[in-house]
Formats: sequence, C-alpha cells, structure tokens
Amino acid sequence: MNHYQQLEAEAIEIIREAVAGARNPVMMYSIGKDSSVMLHLARKAFHPAPPPFPLLHIDTTWKFRDMYAHRARMVRESGMKLLVHTNPEGLRQGVNPFTHGSNYHTDVMKTQALRQALDMHQFDVVFGGARRDEEKSRAKERIFSFRSAGHRWDPKSQRPELWNLYNTRVRPDESIRVFPISNWTELDIWQYLHVEKIPIVPLYFAAMRPVVRRGGMLIMVDDDRMPLEPGEKPEMRMVRFRTLGCYPLTAAFDSPATTMEEIIAETFNTVSSEREGRLIDSDQPGSMEKKKQEGYF
Amino acid sequence: MAELHARNIVDYLEEQRGKLTLRFITCGSVDDGKSTLIGRLLYESKCIFDDQLKALENDSKRYGTQGEKIDFALLVDGLEAEREQGITIDVAYRFFATDRRRYIVADTPGHEQYTRNMATGASTAQLAILLIDARKGILPQTRRHHRIVTMMGIRHVVLAVNKMDLVGHDEAVFRKIESDYREFSRDAGLSTLVAIPLAAVFGDNVMKPSANMPWYRGPTLFEHLDTVDVGHSAARRSFRLPVQYVNRPNLDYRGFCGRIAEGTVRPGDAVRVLPSGRATTVKSIDFFEDSLPEASEGASITLTLADEVDVSRGDLIVAAGDPPEAADQFQARILWMAEEPLVPGRPYLMKIHAKEVTATVMEIKHREDVNTGARLAAKVLNLNEIAVVTLSTSQPVAFEPYATNRSLGGFILIDKLTFATLGAGLVDFALRRAGNIHWQALEVGKEQRAAIKHQKPRCVWFTGLSGSGKSTVANMLEKRLHAAGRHTVMLDGDNIRHGLNRDLGFSEADRVENLRRVAEVARLMVDAGLIVIVSFISPYRSERRAARGLFQPGEFVEVHVSTPLEECERRDVKGLYAKARRGELKNFTGIDSPYEAPVNAEVVIDTSARPADECAIAVMRHIEA
Repeated sequence: MNHYQQLEAEAIEIIREAVAGARNPVMMYSIGKDSSVMLHLARKAFHPAPPPFPLLHIDTTWKFRDMYAHRARMVRESGMKLLVHTNPEGLRQGVNPFTHGSNYHTDVMKTQALRQALDMHQFDVVFGGARRDEEKSRAKERIFSFRSAGHRWDPKSQRPELWNLYNTRVRPDESIRVFPISNWTELDIWQYLHVEKIPIVPLYFAAMRPVVRRGGMLIMVDDDRMPLEPGEKPEMRMVRFRTLGCYPLTAAFDSPATTMEEIIAETFNTVSSEREGRLIDSDQPGSMEKKKQEGYF
Repeated sequence: MAELHARNIVDYLEEQRGKLTLRFITCGSVDDGKSTLIGRLLYESKCIFDDQLKALENDSKRYGTQGEKIDFALLVDGLEAEREQGITIDVAYRFFATDRRRYIVADTPGHEQYTRNMATGASTAQLAILLIDARKGILPQTRRHHRIVTMMGIRHVVLAVNKMDLVGHDEAVFRKIESDYREFSRDAGLSTLVAIPLAAVFGDNVMKPSANMPWYRGPTLFEHLDTVDVGHSAARRSFRLPVQYVNRPNLDYRGFCGRIAEGTVRPGDAVRVLPSGRATTVKSIDFFEDSLPEASEGASITLTLADEVDVSRGDLIVAAGDPPEAADQFQARILWMAEEPLVPGRPYLMKIHAKEVTATVMEIKHREDVNTGARLAAKVLNLNEIAVVTLSTSQPVAFEPYATNRSLGGFILIDKLTFATLGAGLVDFALRRAGNIHWQALEVGKEQRAAIKHQKPRCVWFTGLSGSGKSTVANMLEKRLHAAGRHTVMLDGDNIRHGLNRDLGFSEADRVENLRRVAEVARLMVDAGLIVIVSFISPYRSERRAARGLFQPGEFVEVHVSTPLEECERRDVKGLYAKARRGELKNFTGIDSPYEAPVNAEVVIDTSARPADECAIAVMRHIEA
C-alpha cells in the first residue's frame, strides 16, 4: 500500500469504529478542504450505504459566499442530511468580528454555538477534521478525544490510546470527538484532494479578488457588511486562501496558483505554517489550548 | 530539498506515493536532551516553517534554557502547563519527512511515573531511539525504557549516546556505553541495533557526520532512519480480518467491514468465521465504487461472502486452512494505567481488536519490577506496574499471541462504570481449561455480588390503591434502571400470585401471608445484589413495617402512589371498582377493606398530578442519590 492508501485506510478504520460504538454520531462540516476530505472518507467507509450520520455546520453567518454555494452543492451530491446551527442569542445581538473583535465573535458564534448544537442534539460522537500537524496542542490530542459533561477537554486526564484500539464508551452527558485525519499533514490533504479529484471551494485557487490590507494581512471584501476604515480602498489582487473560515478573519495571500498542481507545488515550497492565516490563534500564547479546554474544536 | 514546480508534480506525487512511513518513539528524559533531539530532527529536515522559527526565537527568550541560543526543546513541548514546568507530560506526535521517508515520532516523557505514556507511544512504533547522556551511561531508566519498548513489540533500536561534546567526544566513553547495552539487551530478540554518538544541540551526527568524532564511521541518525529495514520477518502471514462493522444498506447486500490485520485475500478464497468456526468463501472485496482482485494487510475493505453465515462485529474472518485460536482463558502481560489498582476477581470490559467482552483477572502470577525485571509477588497491580496474569473472558475470543500480531493480541481493559481506560494487555497464549487455574480466594457475600454489578441493592416497594398507577410507574422505573445498566427484578401480582402464591386468596390472613412471602423473596434477591421492584397494593402498615425490618437501613425504599380514590375509581382499568360497588367483589381495598396510607414513605407520587414518567424519574433520583 502506498502512503495515501495507508492514511486513507487508517481514517476509514477510525470512522467505522466510532460509528460502531456510537448512539448518535455527527460529522462537523466546515466546508473547508479538510471537511471535504472527511466527507469523502465517510462516503468511502460506508459505501454502498450513505454515511449513517448527518453533517453539522456551525454557521457564524460570516462565511464567504462561495462557501455557502459549495455547501449546497456537496449536500446535494452526497445525499446526506445537513444540520445548520447559528447561535440565536449572538444573532439577536448582532455579534460580528468587526465591532466585537475576533475573540468575542469566535467565542459566541463558534464555541458557544457549537456547544448549543451538541447539547440540543445530544450527540455522543462528533467527527472533526483536526490534524496533529496544525498546532502544538493538537499534537497531544487523542484520535478519540474524550469530553466530560460540558464539552471540556482536560489535557491532563486523557484516556491512554494504544495500538488501533479505541475506547468508544461514554456515559450520558459525556462525548467523544473523533479525529480520523489526525496523522495527515497539510500536504497530504492537498495531494489526496488531487489524487481523488475531490471538489473544493474555488477560493483555494488564485483569482483576482477585492482585498484590503489590515494589520499586515490581506482581507477580502466579500460583501457590503465589511466597514472600511478611513483611507482603506479595496484593490484587486491575484490571491488565494490556505484555510477558510469567517471572511473578515481569514487572510488571503498573493499567489498565481490557479490549478491543483500549482497549489501543491506552492504548498511544498512554502515557508509559513497554515494557521498564520487565521487571526484567532495568535491572540495570546497558548490560545488554541485555552479555546479547546472551553470546547472549541 | 529542491524547489518544486507544477510541471514536475506528477513525478513528485509518484515519488511521495512510494515513500515509506516510519513510526518511532524517543525514550529519554528532558535531561538527556530528548526534546532538543526531536527539535533538531524537525529543523534539519526543514520541517520548521519561518513563522514557527520566529515564534521559537520569541519563546526561547521567554522560557528557554539555552541563553541566547534557540532552544529546540520548546518546539516540541506543546502544552502551556508543560512549558512552564519544563517537562513533557503526555504523548505528542510529530511529523517530518526527508527525501526518502516520512516519519511520525511519538514523543513521551521518560520518568517512571510516565511508564504508561511511553507504552502508549511504543504501541504504534516500529523503532525506538533510546537516549543516553554520555556523562551518565546506562542508568536504571535506560533498562526501564528498554524493557517497555521490547515488551510492546519493538524490534529495532537506536542507542543515541547524546551530549558527546560534554565528554570531549571521547570514543572510549561511547564504546563502553555501547557494549554495556549490547550485553544486557542480548536476549531481547532485537532485529537491528545501532549505536550513534551525538551532540544534538549542535547537530553532530544528526544529519551530517560529525567533524568532532572522526573515529565514528557508522551512519548518522538520519542515514540510519532513512534506510533501516523494518519490514516483516519471513514468518507465515495468513489472512485475518477483524469485523468492525456490518453494512446492510438493503436486503440484497451484507458487507463485512474491517481493516486487514494480516495476510492477503482474493475473491473465491475459502474462509472461516471465528469464534463460530463456520466456513464459506469470499464473494467480493468491495472498496467504494470498485471491486478489488485482492487486498492485503493494512487495507480497510468490505467483504461479501458466498453464504448467509452469521457474522457480527468482533468476529474474525480468517483463512480457512490456517485459523487462529479462540479461547476464554489466557495468560497475558498487563500494564496498569489507572490510579485505582487492578484487583483479581473484579470484572472489567476488555477490548481486543473489534471485540468487547467482560474479563476478569484470575490470578496475578507475578509482578515485574520495571527497572530490574525482578519477579515480585503481588495481590493487586498499581499504576505503572507490569504483571503476568491469568485472565478469563465471558465469551470465547479469537486472537493471535501479541508476539505474532500486535493488532490481534493487544487489548485494553475498561472500567465498567466510568468507562475509563484502565490498563493495556498483551496476550501470551491461551490456557487449557484444566486444574492448573486457581482463583484467588474471595469471600462472596451481598457486597461482592453487588460490587460486580456496580450498584447498591435495593428493595423499592410500591404501595397504593388498585388503579393508582403502581405497575405503570414501576415498569417505567425498571426500564430506566435497565437502560442505566442496573440489574433489576420485578415482583408483582402477575408473577407472584400465579406461581409462588397460587394457594392464597384475598382474605386478610391470606393477604398478610402473601406479603410476608413477597418480602422474603425480595430480601433473597437483594442479597443477590439486585434492585428489586415490588408492586403490591399492600394496604396494611404493619406488613409494610415487617417487610422493612428484613432489610439494612437505607435498602428499603417505600414509594406511596397516592393517587386519590376518586381518580382510581374513575379510571377503573380492570372494571374492579364497578364490580366491588355492585357487591360482586368482596374485601376490595378502598371500598369494603381499608387502605392504611404510609406516614413516612421515602417517596410519594400522585399519578393524577403529574405524568407517570416524571413519577418514575422522581423514584429513580431517590435510588441513585
């Protein structure tokens, strides 16, 4: 077996194991490239049946418009059920990344919204697309990552995880987040997308897009909700994205890469790690670790 | 590594595809420079991005122990708490690649209190780097690390003698350490053993040969990792598929999903299902939209079979001509990973491949001192201790000895109540069902019987008028308790009056005798560790008091179903009130026979005031409190 077949076989084994032990499983779907890989793996794991769980999208309402279009397409093609949840309280208060800042916006519209959705549906197994190469605290997280009541992650009392034996048992109120692509790297994701011809959001490919430069980052003006600061004028630049999230919080970068081959070549040659394009991680030292303890994915 | 251009991408992908992934573990402590070594491996293989390097320079000034120099250790000490304490407390996985191979490193702490973390990291590794401080030589911790990694089945060891700069790059120091290690590892059955002198902090012999140690002619660390052969030995590899999941999208398709643990399979192959032993042949090997001509070890596939044989999750589908054993008693080695000790006789959940059964340690044959290997007697097994035990399971389990196949011989033990992972085990061999198996002596009483059910025995006594809703609530309560994993039994008119008390009528004397017998049966069943639910009108205070007297304080829970008479009569589900009013039924409680309401029942519920399910929850809350 080649390297991708190995990664794929491991991920499928993990997905099947989690489902076999689950009462009410769900797969997080963020529309990004990792989610695309996860969805593809889930379909492979259960073919000819459709995956026996729904997709869950935590919608902050601030995603790129292209992402919403892609979401509609993938739901249509996979035949899976899609659950969408937005924090109604945050929506009512009009929480947004501009006036409330990235920290508060992320806490209310992502972390709290996620907890609301999980509480509401009482999922016991939640698939996520996190990878261990993304960030230092991820490197220590289990593939089957146990959450106590209240969705808290306690890095000091994680269950030992030996061989490919996963403890899938939980008590009521407890849950497990399952990360089937823990052992993949960013390059693996791109290569797998390429080899398997998996459709992804067009924003990953370079195109002329309206951007402003803010705090050293290129932010795309995706709709008219974005307030421009004095002196800011959107300029058209050839840019693309390495990760996708809320458009005001996701930095674009200059790139000529318009094909999958060019993206892989660029990724291979790149010199900055993936999460640099996400503003939330650099707020404070250990910030991802803190968010995870609070229940963030 | 050379710049890659899009036009070369096809070649590049082809090259990536052929790369082998090597998983290894590093064993050592902070003082040996373990984190520094891993940081150096990431750095030298160009797996540190610019922004990470920038962050590292900042962190080095803030937390570093290397003065103005970059502290590579900070690159790998992930969690904030650990960074402050300056130790690694868990297992972290790192990824890097060279032009020849891809690597996954399990980074675990080396101290004795983290033995379980090291075993965890070793469980998926093919190779171990044992790190030694050249100034200190072989320490007890080296022997411990050696013992853990070889027990976990690692057959390839690199002895990394680090900090050679601090002993003046002296060859004699290195040679002494190497020969000491070769001496005590002689019987460990290692396939490869290479000793390399290093100065990780400067990169000597990591990627490039060290100019400071011209006397060393062996490979650098990277040269060795890139080339060492960790393939299977020529042992027999027969087909084994643990069934993880049965896929039944419709009546015409029944697929058995799993990841092949050993060997190769082709359509038409004769196979057997274990533990049942049923024989059939493989119809197809399905993978997504394709049917495959063959599949081998490591592939996650779906098999369909020619015959409708019974196959469930946890079974093994194996080569018909060479099936593994199935047994319900084993000798195994166990590493205990929980604060609460392992106690022989206590039941645990055991997970081995996709099979879950109840398992009990019959006897701890001996404990092994993890530092010296000495055999010690033990009654229980504590955190981080290793022992050889005999084990019995509730059902037969198909397996391979751990030494033959890690994924068919490794198991974990899980707490039946909290579901925490308590220990890891390695099956050595199956025991013959013979007289040489001894249970450690156990006094068996009510407490012991209740303990294996993880519950407190109770007698929950429902009293109330006919039609008050006793049976409805009692039934709901039993369903809830059952769903929570409790062992229950129900005593009511249906199962007592038709059998045990068939000889009794409804006179006052007969009613008293009826309740006396019910109470005695309930007491026996509480002794058996059960939660007994009694549902009888039981109108007289004195009989209920007598029943209560048979139990320990707290065991007897009187539940008064206080639904008013008018409501019971209005419901009159069985038409009994109407009959009694017409005088066709004598001694009917509430009409011509008294009901003495309890004065201090533990729980009072009125089914006319709230739904029966809420009433059941109220009782449940009282029992589980």
